[in-house]
Amino acid sequence: MHFLKLILRNTLRHKLRTGLTVLGLVVAILAFGLLRTVVDAWYAGAEGASSTRLVTRNSISLVFPLPINYQERIRRISGVTGISHASWFGGVYVTEKNFFPQFAIDPKTYFELYPEYLIPPGDMKAFRTDRKGCVIGRKLATTYGFKVGDTIPLRGTIYPGAWSFTVRAIYDGAEAGTDTSQFFFHWDYLNETMKKAAARRTDWVGVYVIQIADPDRAAEISTEVDAMFRNSLAETLTETEKAFQLGFVSMTEAIVVAIRIVSFVVIFIILAVMANTMAMTARERISEYATLKALGFGPRFLTGLIYGESIVISLAGGLIGIALTFPVADRFSKQMGTLFPVFGVSLDTVYMQIAAATAVGLAAAALPATRVARVSIVEGLRSIG
Amino acid sequence: MDALSPIVEIRHLTKSYRRGGQVVPVLTNISFDIRTGEFIALMGPSGSGKSTLLNLIAGIDKPDSGSLRVNGTDIATLSERELADWRAANVGFIFQFYNLMPVLTAFENIELPLLLTRLPRTQRRERVELALSMVGLTDRMEHYPSELSGGQQQRVAIARAFITDPVLLVADEPTGDLDRASADDILAMLGRLNSEMGKTIIMVTHDPHAARSAHLIRHLDKGELDVTLEH
Ligand SMILES: Nc1ncnc2c1ncn2[C@@H]1O[C@H](COP(=O)(O)OP(=O)(O)O)[C@@H](O)[C@H]1O
Ligand SMILES: [Mg+2]
Repeated sequence: MHFLKLILRNTLRHKLRTGLTVLGLVVAILAFGLLRTVVDAWYAGAEGASSTRLVTRNSISLVFPLPINYQERIRRISGVTGISHASWFGGVYVTEKNFFPQFAIDPKTYFELYPEYLIPPGDMKAFRTDRKGCVIGRKLATTYGFKVGDTIPLRGTIYPGAWSFTVRAIYDGAEAGTDTSQFFFHWDYLNETMKKAAARRTDWVGVYVIQIADPDRAAEISTEVDAMFRNSLAETLTETEKAFQLGFVSMTEAIVVAIRIVSFVVIFIILAVMANTMAMTARERISEYATLKALGFGPRFLTGLIYGESIVISLAGGLIGIALTFPVADRFSKQMGTLFPVFGVSLDTVYMQIAAATAVGLAAAALPATRVARVSIVEGLRSIG
Repeated sequence: MDALSPIVEIRHLTKSYRRGGQVVPVLTNISFDIRTGEFIALMGPSGSGKSTLLNLIAGIDKPDSGSLRVNGTDIATLSERELADWRAANVGFIFQFYNLMPVLTAFENIELPLLLTRLPRTQRRERVELALSMVGLTDRMEHYPSELSGGQQQRVAIARAFITDPVLLVADEPTGDLDRASADDILAMLGRLNSEMGKTIIMVTHDPHAARSAHLIRHLDKGELDVTLEH
């Protein structure tokens, strides 16, 4: 068809100009995709949260613990089908740069609440029977090359001293969004060690994780839990796991907002570049468009040519940009190690990239297309030379 | 339409341009006819309004007042859209600088106006091939305009102008950018289109040599048609 032929040949007319514009689009769409993936990674913890899990923490602040004896009292509340606990350890592996979260947990109950952590039954048994054993996530294992049987030394910060754990199991995530950068070990081991060192700091846990049968009752049960401990030594604050995770994100909200803004600024800049290219192109060819008009071609044909060319360029850049997003995100993820537990290009991001590229193509063509549609034939022909 | 009735009937045609808030009259109260099958040359000094008059007759510009009947239609009253369809069916254009699409081959350039018709692909091809042979460019049909000489480009443009078999051909300085030999070649071709195919041709030129190819020369000066030379 002549229409498409004209569009494609026009696109290739100024190879350098088109090439540079496409290159700009590639970089912009790639940057856009990466920035959105970073934002996604930020929210990944909350996204992976279950609606049937509640988290109970000390109402003053997360840094204050809760007594272990709360566990049995919470368990008796109706609607609660399971309970476990986790305590932030905050150890350092070799250097501070090697960040990954470590939790002291109850090996008997914790993993029942987290079916998305897939552990071979044999390894699970090995972990439970080794007081100084640990379970680590797949991403953590690959980042540092840990294998089952390896010893991992950690320098305690909150719990001072040199600690060391043997890897007994590696868990995989049931879904792509499952955080597999974590490190779990026996709370009993932590507690007993502390008994010897600082008796005052024993029988405390960081947070309780509560399993409920009916997600619709989350608010009700949370209120009940918190009411139970009102006016006691440590008052509690219970919320859904998602709200709890979002609480972390909100601390860094400003950064996320900034990244979001930058991602759109990048698109806006490329739009300006692209609009300039299209305006220049249309201006140069004004006498050709006037000739087509004289021959009887309507404004729709002409605007179609301009929109078509703009879309071809923007989608070419967009698609290459999208294709590059995956390997670049992958590299980025490897560089970042366990800093972003989940770092993957989501389908939504790809859709956003396609939408951004299309929008740039359409918007860049809008002005020149209107101009060409409106210009009088006589004026267009006069601009010949 | 028989040979005696006028194909162009112009009555009290007036056209002016606005330039920097000032109204510049170009054509004032022009009335004249062009008979079907005529080959007329419009002459006159530069800026006398030759192109303006031609553009009005060809339906790519609008008069301020007056009536403009071309091939039975008062084109001054047509809308932009109607005018476009009217041009596609009735007028073939030949420009001084050929105005070919640089990204299309000679073949494709000639085929272009046929895309606005319902002609199927195979018939389009046949017609274009015939037109190519008539202008002697069969061996150049895959060439792009940049690969053709000025004279060859103008021949492609002529083929493009008559491919839809319009009644009227308008040519604005068709030889203005060509050397003598190529110009003669183009003028001979226009002469044949007139004598053998009966096309009415209106040609703007300021070259007396070119004008001699026409049957009739009309002079335009200061917006008014003057002397009529017939030969
Ligand atoms: N679009 C326009 N805007 C303003 N002035 C114009 C325009 N077109 C033509 N003119 C003026 O009208 C006059 C006649 O122009 P034109 O018809 O091109 O003359 P010719 O073809 O005889 O040289 C000139 O003075 C020219 O400057
Ligand atoms: Mg002129």
